[in-house]
Amino acid sequence: MVQALNAALRQCLRDDPRTLVFGEDVGRLGGVFRVTDGLQDEFGARVFDTPLAESGIVGIAIGLAMAGWRPVPEIQFDGFSFPALDQVLTNLAKYRGRSRGAYDMAVTLRVPSFGGISGPEHHSESPETLYAHTAGLKVVSPSGPQEAFHLLVQAVEEPDPVIFLEPKSRYWAREEVSMTPSPLPVGKARIVRSGDDATLVAWGAMVRRCLEVAAAAEEDGVSLEVLDLRWLVPMDDETLVESVSRTGRAVVVHEAPRTGGMGAEVSARLMELAFRKLRAPVQRVTGWDVPYPAASAEHEYIPSLDRILLAVQRVLDE
Amino acid sequence: MDERRCYRLMLLARRLDEEAVRLQRQGELVAFPPMQGQEAAEVASVMALRETDQIFPSYREHGAAVARGVDLVGYLLAYRGAWNGGAYDFAGHHFAPIASAVGSHLLHAVGWAMGRRLDSGDEVAIVFFGEGATSEGDASEAFNFAGVYRAPVIFFCQNNGWAISVPAARQTAGEIWRRAAGFGIEGARVDGNDARAVYESVAEAASRARRGDGPTLIEAMTYRLGAHSTADDDRRYRSSEEVAERRADDPLDRMRATLEAEGVDASFFEAAELEARETIGRVRAGLTVTSDPPAVEMFDFVYAAPPPALARQRAEVGELS
Repeated sequence: MVQALNAALRQCLRDDPRTLVFGEDVGRLGGVFRVTDGLQDEFGARVFDTPLAESGIVGIAIGLAMAGWRPVPEIQFDGFSFPALDQVLTNLAKYRGRSRGAYDMAVTLRVPSFGGISGPEHHSESPETLYAHTAGLKVVSPSGPQEAFHLLVQAVEEPDPVIFLEPKSRYWAREEVSMTPSPLPVGKARIVRSGDDATLVAWGAMVRRCLEVAAAAEEDGVSLEVLDLRWLVPMDDETLVESVSRTGRAVVVHEAPRTGGMGAEVSARLMELAFRKLRAPVQRVTGWDVPYPAASAEHEYIPSLDRILLAVQRVLDE
Repeated sequence: MDERRCYRLMLLARRLDEEAVRLQRQGELVAFPPMQGQEAAEVASVMALRETDQIFPSYREHGAAVARGVDLVGYLLAYRGAWNGGAYDFAGHHFAPIASAVGSHLLHAVGWAMGRRLDSGDEVAIVFFGEGATSEGDASEAFNFAGVYRAPVIFFCQNNGWAISVPAARQTAGEIWRRAAGFGIEGARVDGNDARAVYESVAEAASRARRGDGPTLIEAMTYRLGAHSTADDDRRYRSSEEVAERRADDPLDRMRATLEAEGVDASFFEAAELEARETIGRVRAGLTVTSDPPAVEMFDFVYAAPPPALARQRAEVGELS
């Protein structure tokens, strides 16, 4: 997936001479995950290292966007995105409105996110809810290499700010990637496995886990549908409601803590839009309401196969 | 510097300030932050720049707006609660939205200046902020980024003595302009009530920036003669003696005295007064006939195009009204 993201950035830098890539260590080093590897060699001053200051990185992105550039800044890790949160919430998300439409904020903020790589403290956060709750931002997370390529190209082309959450645990996933335009429009979800008995709703790395759950359930004769939401904002109600109306049951899976998480949003939308089709209460399988634990305990934090299967059992028992 | 023009603009800024406070008292504006006492700093700094140089204001920069020729009705609409950030022509006047999250906008100025430099443009950015804003971390990040990238930006700090109720000595134990040295950029302190000194300082910083020699941090020493805003009572934290003492250093009086010493006669001042009052009359009338945008417009500038769920919310508001 790292190569797919790199290819997407390379294509954006080639196709639009206004595209800029910058952040901590993204230049000579090529980023701590090598997502920007070789880009500075090819594109020179349009790919540059910044001082170690995340608020500064997003703050200058806003000014660069005002000057007609298309910045694609990187925050090195999710846990270090919080110093930049003020610039994102106060300005990046609001500048189109603050300027009454005078300025596009065509900024794509890449944030390596979520857990599962035995990271040290502050390297495994799931910040999607903070962004999804902020009007003016679009929020997306790819589940694998092909998705990463399609979605990043799409995000960079957007005239609105996009928070692009890269699931770190999928960085080393491999699959053949077609460098074609995304077949799906912005805000569209994707059914990655069809099934009849219940719908698993996920994004980022949890899509892969849900596919594993579906494969395990199949051995027991249970047919699970897996829905990759992809875009948390704007959320594809249509595909969500269509799938769950058909299966009658839903389990939402995410790494972020449960309380106030996006699982609650998905669940609420199903209540509002598909209540009469539901045959069981929507279940959430999530990270616990604790700070992300140390690496030795993260397997107990991230939704596991067993926890998801138990939730499936609960919706099927109703 | 065209001193007569400077005086006329400073006078207009003063009259606008007084009128805006009156309008707030009459219920026409929701709230207003008076700028009285800072006219020299704001007007002369903008006069030292080209019209295509980009201004990033804080929220007390109507003096700068006057000098730039921003539509003042559109400017005041922000204080009537009609639109966040102001309703003037941001791009056309190269005058960014009014920033009340002070400190954050310094970085926007740096980014804009970096962007123009990447385009080999020779425009510069100027960002206005008070001494209070320099306590924000974003201010230090902005000084640092600007230094590293040699961004053509002028950091124009108006040290007006007070951040609402907190005196400058409680913001920093040091002198703000001296921070420049630590960031490897040029720094200067100037008498902010001396229009000519401000003009020369900003002109020098602008030519340095245009030459590619990087940013300048200017600390203009001035004084906020009014309260922080129409919602503030400054008698709670500073003495009337202090204000009276500083009123003796009123920059508008100083500019007038300079002109009088140069032999400018009374008819010039009378004409300037008349001109300012006529402009203010037009602004007042303009506000009266300008209606607020419809409330549903709140949905229109969130995204380039509203996603389906947001379009449905907009329709809900429409159905009720």
